[in-house]
Amino acid sequence: MTETISIFIGVVVLLGSLLSLVTTIGLIRLPDVYTRSHAASKSATLGVLLILVAALLYFWLADNYFSARLVLGIVFVFITAPVAGHLISRAAYYTDVPLWEKSVKDDLKTKARHEPKKEIEKRQKVHTEA
Amino acid sequence: MAFQILINVVIAFSWMFLKNQWTFPDFIIGYFWGLVILFLMRKFLPGRFYFERVLAAGRLFFLFLRELVLANVQVIRDILRPKLKIEPGIFAMPTELKSDWEITLLSLLITLTPGTLVMDVSDDNKILYIHAMNIPDADQAIAEIKNTFEKAIMEVTR
Repeated sequence: MTETISIFIGVVVLLGSLLSLVTTIGLIRLPDVYTRSHAASKSATLGVLLILVAALLYFWLADNYFSARLVLGIVFVFITAPVAGHLISRAAYYTDVPLWEKSVKDDLKTKARHEPKKEIEKRQKVHTEA
Repeated sequence: MAFQILINVVIAFSWMFLKNQWTFPDFIIGYFWGLVILFLMRKFLPGRFYFERVLAAGRLFFLFLRELVLANVQVIRDILRPKLKIEPGIFAMPTELKSDWEITLLSLLITLTPGTLVMDVSDDNKILYIHAMNIPDADQAIAEIKNTFEKAIMEVTR
């Protein structure tokens, strides 16, 4: 393993951890659930991805060991993180967590007014069938 | 599409039988010739030549990666700005995509693009409700991005 490669891998690891740090700052600084989940679903995904990619490259180039599990981990994080962000913010919305006061627009309101009732009915139906 | 891939694999196996050599490189060569044969016969097969779709999927993947990086640059900028300058809000976006699979892919892409997060999909699969970090400057740019995404997804699925 040459010097340039190890420096490159180090830079990727550092970038990943810095991104995770920024995510944490965002979680503290941003005003409401939804904007926080912006930070969490994007920066955290890329941060973890970069760290995993760096680990993959390191073991590949230094130990000549190609870890297929790391590749799978990368793919899984890539697919699941945004879905988790979506589900959390959706659940927050339907349990009446308010938006930040300075939010400009809320198109979902018209839908949310009658939606929860329907959802509850649907869920009860499933329960009685099961 | 699955049918064409199956034919291609069968051709690759026939190639291995003809050569009487059972190695992976022979499979690859046979697969390549199968691809050529399928390309020449594309008029007789149902649907589009499948390799076009594979290429479109590759393009979609790179689009995905690029957007992920851009999104992060923007999020970092929003978070580390000394004075918080965001105007969040939820807007509705009508979509032309029909099947569940396409819509899932589109909402994954939207969630990972700069400043947007999918909140909900309407019951008839026609409207996506999206939470945006910056409503004023995002509205138009987002509409453009959506068009490129929707087009890229349609390239793959139709």
